[in-house]
Amino acid sequence: MIRRLQRGDGRRQWLRMALVLPYLWLLLFFLAPFIIIFKISLADPLVAVPPFTALIDWAAQGWDRIYVTLDNYLFLFEDRYYGVIFLSSIKLAAISTMLCLLLGYPIAYFIARQTPRRRNLLLLGIILPFWISFLLRVYAWIGLLNTHGVINNFLLWLGLIDQPLALIYNDFAVYLGIVYSYLPFMILPLYANLEKLDLDLHDAAADLGARNWQVFFDVTLPLSLPGIIAGCLLVFIPAIGEFIIPALLGGSDTLMIGRALWDEFFINRDWPVASAVSVVLLLILVLPMMWFQKAQAQTDAGAEAQGGVV
Amino acid sequence: MKRRSTGLLTMVAFGYAFLYLPLLSVIVYSFNDSRLVTLWGGFSLRWYRSLLDNENILAAALLSLQIALVSATVATVFGTLVALSLNRLGRFKGRTLLTGMVTSPLVMPEIITGISLLFLFITLSEWIGWPGSRGAVTITIAHITFSMAYVTVVVRSRLSGMGQSLEEAAMDLGGRPLAVFFDITIPAIAPAMISGWLLAFTLSLDDVVIASFVSGPGATTLPMLIFSKVRLGVTPDINALATVIILLVSAGVITAAMLTQPKDKSRAG
Repeated sequence: MIRRLQRGDGRRQWLRMALVLPYLWLLLFFLAPFIIIFKISLADPLVAVPPFTALIDWAAQGWDRIYVTLDNYLFLFEDRYYGVIFLSSIKLAAISTMLCLLLGYPIAYFIARQTPRRRNLLLLGIILPFWISFLLRVYAWIGLLNTHGVINNFLLWLGLIDQPLALIYNDFAVYLGIVYSYLPFMILPLYANLEKLDLDLHDAAADLGARNWQVFFDVTLPLSLPGIIAGCLLVFIPAIGEFIIPALLGGSDTLMIGRALWDEFFINRDWPVASAVSVVLLLILVLPMMWFQKAQAQTDAGAEAQGGVV
Repeated sequence: MKRRSTGLLTMVAFGYAFLYLPLLSVIVYSFNDSRLVTLWGGFSLRWYRSLLDNENILAAALLSLQIALVSATVATVFGTLVALSLNRLGRFKGRTLLTGMVTSPLVMPEIITGISLLFLFITLSEWIGWPGSRGAVTITIAHITFSMAYVTVVVRSRLSGMGQSLEEAAMDLGGRPLAVFFDITIPAIAPAMISGWLLAFTLSLDDVVIASFVSGPGATTLPMLIFSKVRLGVTPDINALATVIILLVSAGVITAAMLTQPKDKSRAG
């Protein structure tokens, strides 16, 4: 017994030592960058390389040494442009998430009700696009939506329209792109949840005289709430900072924070303001992210408890 | 009941058509002879030929593959170690911080990861003179950092579903810790490590945003090149490239699915 404990300790010691490298890696390449971005958001812009003032001015003495300004944040609040962009990003992400849910729920529900063999095949169909490059999947829509693209040509040929519709370089195309790209992220957690639902509950409700839609709204929907929450967060969080979709499919009036950040950084080269925008975006995302991590931890705990039983 | 299932079936058919029709149209138009992407000019393989002649694309593809191979491998080692520690070490100092650092990249907007890493590299090169120039190395570092989070999640879920009795038995029989680790633990979590590696590899091959920030003038990855080309609209040779990628990935995923199929639990549906 004692020997076994010692053995166990020996292994743990070994693992502890092995963990040092990945731990340091994360501290240096994940945590430190956030401290730096926060630091730069408190600096003044300069026309120089790097284009911001140093936080700690080693040449100065005493209290002058630490230089902090809130100007960049004040700028964000005073400048109406950024308020509008933040709201517009939240709106675009929220509506896309709802559309994903409306389209994804029936699909997840359908897959969960199939025989295992068919289920695997249908799931493969959902997962496959996920492995294919995100960029190329967004790109595929350009050819479809263009003024002289596949859809317009088809509608013209049918005689349904006289002139090409404006399908691309507007908010419509961005919604389409987000729903298309993130649909698997909605379907998979929904499916994982719906697959575990006890069908006896449906039979019980039906036996007691509930109609189909009543069973759905009173039994299935409330029980699948964890899956809905997980799916919505997995779509909403990345959608809000999305850059590629608005850059390729959006119009010049499509306001999204990811794109504004890119322009602020590469075109205006105002790094302190870009940093302040990043910090504010992170603050907006902190609540959904913590929510997601809590849900994730609960799932983990459930899985661990199950593993213990087996 | 009957009517509802018809409605549901229509929705599902629409969903799958929505997922696959855009990819199908890219494949069809990659064989189009016309330079005008939207007009059908007859069947042709000319864009595939021009792809093979395009040295920029080939060089970018090679660079992307190198970065993806290295970053996926390191991320798998690091991610597995983190998963093992979180699963087996119980409470230890810095556990909460580690959990936070390794799960945050999953939900972090890429653009913020990109900007913050670029700031780090600039600050470091000011302080210690490294990295002297940005390129393949800095992109690889960035990719390791965000993809190890995915590996950790995949390996952790495997570890938490498996228990420790086999390892304990091996230790009771006198197995040395490292031997037990390589003979028992690694084989048991190998499938999860492989999935994690593939996920990390794919994520690396797919990344535009982070690479654009942390790259330098010398290094252009394949996604960066594609992005700069398609920003100007549809180009026929990118259609050909996309077709090659779509078919390769599909073949890989379907083969993997077929290989893992027989082991599936046979639960009544």
